[in-house]
Amino acid sequence: MEWLNTLLQGVLLGGLYAMFAVGLSLMFGIMRLVNIAHGDFIVLASYLALMVVNHLGFSPLASLLIVVPLMFCFGYLLQRLLLNRTLGTDILPPLLVTFGLSIIVQNVLLEFFSADSQKLSQGDLEVASVGIGNLSVGVMPLIVFGSALLIIGGLQLLFYKTSLGRAFRATSDDQHTARLMGVNNAHIFGLAMALAMAVVSIAGVFLAIRTSFDPTVGPARLLYGFEAVIIGGLGSLWGTLAGGVILGVAQTLGAKIDPGWQILAGHLVFLLILVVRPRGLFPRSVD
Amino acid sequence: MNALNNPAPVYRVQRTTTSSTIGLALLGLCVLVLFSAPLWADRASLRLVVEFAYYLALAQMWNLLAGYAGMVSVGQQAFVGLGGYLLFMLATRFGIPPLFAVLLSGVLVALLAIPTALIVFRLRGAYFAIGTWVVAEVFRLGLAQMSSLGGGSGQSLPAAIVRQIGNDRDGRETLIYFTALAIAIAAVAVVFFLLRSRQGLALASIRDSEPASGSLGVDTFRTKLMVYVLAAGWTGVVGALIFLQKLRISPDAAFNLQDWTAVVIFIVIIGGIGTLEGPLIGTLIYFVLRGCLAQYGAVYMIILGVVAVVMMLKAPQGVWGLISERLGWQVFPMQRRLSIQPRP
Amino acid sequence: MLTIEKLCAGYGDFQALFDISLTLEAGETVAIIGSNGAGKSTFLRSLAGLIKNQPSAITFKGQAIGDMAANQVLERGIALVPEGRKLFPSLSVEENLLIGAYSKRPGPWTLKRIYQLFPVLETLRKRPGTALSGGQQQMVAIGRGLMANPHLLLCDEISLGLAPTTIKDIYAALPSIKADGTTVILVEQDINQALSVCDRFYCFQEGRVSLTGRPGDADKAHIKAAYFGI
Repeated sequence: MEWLNTLLQGVLLGGLYAMFAVGLSLMFGIMRLVNIAHGDFIVLASYLALMVVNHLGFSPLASLLIVVPLMFCFGYLLQRLLLNRTLGTDILPPLLVTFGLSIIVQNVLLEFFSADSQKLSQGDLEVASVGIGNLSVGVMPLIVFGSALLIIGGLQLLFYKTSLGRAFRATSDDQHTARLMGVNNAHIFGLAMALAMAVVSIAGVFLAIRTSFDPTVGPARLLYGFEAVIIGGLGSLWGTLAGGVILGVAQTLGAKIDPGWQILAGHLVFLLILVVRPRGLFPRSVD
Repeated sequence: MNALNNPAPVYRVQRTTTSSTIGLALLGLCVLVLFSAPLWADRASLRLVVEFAYYLALAQMWNLLAGYAGMVSVGQQAFVGLGGYLLFMLATRFGIPPLFAVLLSGVLVALLAIPTALIVFRLRGAYFAIGTWVVAEVFRLGLAQMSSLGGGSGQSLPAAIVRQIGNDRDGRETLIYFTALAIAIAAVAVVFFLLRSRQGLALASIRDSEPASGSLGVDTFRTKLMVYVLAAGWTGVVGALIFLQKLRISPDAAFNLQDWTAVVIFIVIIGGIGTLEGPLIGTLIYFVLRGCLAQYGAVYMIILGVVAVVMMLKAPQGVWGLISERLGWQVFPMQRRLSIQPRP
Repeated sequence: MLTIEKLCAGYGDFQALFDISLTLEAGETVAIIGSNGAGKSTFLRSLAGLIKNQPSAITFKGQAIGDMAANQVLERGIALVPEGRKLFPSLSVEENLLIGAYSKRPGPWTLKRIYQLFPVLETLRKRPGTALSGGQQQMVAIGRGLMANPHLLLCDEISLGLAPTTIKDIYAALPSIKADGTTVILVEQDINQALSVCDRFYCFQEGRVSLTGRPGDADKAHIKAAYFGI
């Protein structure tokens, strides 16, 4: 029973990791951009939420109403003004520019908020739990997992049922031909980054409610997101959720054996899957 | 019949130019001055030169990896950390003399890099970069679990072993000074000769197009593996030396992304990626910037990051690239020029 | 409607077109013929905004468009059916058609009318675009271009690599396209096919116009000389 409980917690934690991963997956899928600063943007969103909570008196969940639109706009501008200039056949410019951004964001946060760790408190909701059979499940982890399902479902609808989604997929296939259809790549890339940032900000707020954070915790989140994407197989959003769940379960099982093994266990499972199934568990057949 | 009257011209592949002759001479002079430095320079300056030497060696190795072989790693801190930890292990557990242990650490790191390569080579391009980072984290977290090596808080080099390096502080520092200098110069030399060899041509072709060079008979996997292992081993030697100088090691210091990879990447980008001169110029610029800004704490990393980002966008060829474009200079004779002279 | 004034275009150091000048009236169908490497595709790519030029080199409906990007050119009513069809592999047939209407330009062409023009596509509408035969893919590509409701439709080698009967089917759609007043530029290597449907033709040779006229005016020998440069 205790193990089942651990397993369930791992699955729910996977929802948070899937949220870290979705943004990466979007950016890579649509514009072949791997954003090394992804994790630092997650933490940036956590700090934005912290400011909204402290200065406007919002609850952490309510701060999403401000943080999400803010990060959406930030993402759009970042892509249009900076990252679009780095895209091309050479992988070096986007990689190194986002790497530079990662170091910049970390140190800016350090300068403004110091290295002290922070946490957002969602009051009673954090300790509330519901019983399923003999298991007791936290309400917050359920909300996080539910949000992950909603986000992925919503994106799936956007991709397959709307004109914008078609434009995303067409651009992903062949951006030059997409332009011939009247698709403005620069704008589409901006929107993709904006969407990724919107998801990032939700993940950032949930992260900040779940654990304490400081300016240096971003890179680890990038790695979790990246591992979920690769485990799931590139190009599949539901695969990404599965990747997140596998990583979450590996981490909670590792922590159960020895608390020091939590993160290490996740990394080792990732490397193992990379050796056994280099294309991930659920690769998209077309690519 | 014309050929008999007009003898065919002589073709010669020329590599040295006037600027490279002058440049190498100047560089040689600098090296001589540096080797005499312990006779006249103060302790702080010598330490600065040691630091300069190991950053130059790290930059040269990252440049070989990313700039010449197209393998952009953001996980080189793995090898710095491993080098450092292996040194501590070899010296404390097996009683191996520290200086010899520095070299042996490098060899062992190179061996460890082989299985690492087999895993991360499964990832391409930017994913390779993040994969190398995961590997570095695995080593960091793994070593933090080993309580015999001090666990998360690390350990210091025992006094008995410190005395093995040299009896007094001056003696130790002079020894480390010459070792650092030798490692940096050898790093530049090994990259130089590697690139001038057949392997260098193979590398250039892999960077331009991996499938095409594969189809032309270049064993791309072996070439990349060789470069990756060489860079890892050398980075390991530098790591061992760094922690021999620091006398203390902990997982967070040994596998520090900012110190051992971010700074190195910025150095190479600012100096000029894909050139031998770039890391040299970049390291000089880095030390000047750091000297001016270090007292501002985090602001200095922000400025360094901004400079690197702007450089990547506006002048991806780096400072040395700009200089050699404008003036046609080269310090290291790398280019091949065909000179045609009529037969006398 | 379309005026091209001393258009020079190329890729990097390589110049493919030299001082091309021509004009097009609304409703005309014009064929560009010429051998491989004559600059025909470069010409269409320039018109479609895939290659940037001097703004004044191309004037469309009184507006200089020579330096516009492909998406801006499309918004002004010029659609290209690219060489090699270039369907989007992860989109179904219907989605490939729908993305043609991404710019939401008003006009007569709707999904329904495309299916009337090429009935076979309706039965295949759920299939991935690239799972179709070459001829069917070409129909999708043409339909996708029409969905933008262009004033000017540029067709690049639409018969390339197709069986003669398939080519006939595809060319059979041309009258209904012209019936709506759509101006068409056809680039073809197949002289006979091109001359049988066009109002006027231009023959390109090594990046220059070597002959122009109406299909009835020029005799075969003349065209051959202009085509091969002999």
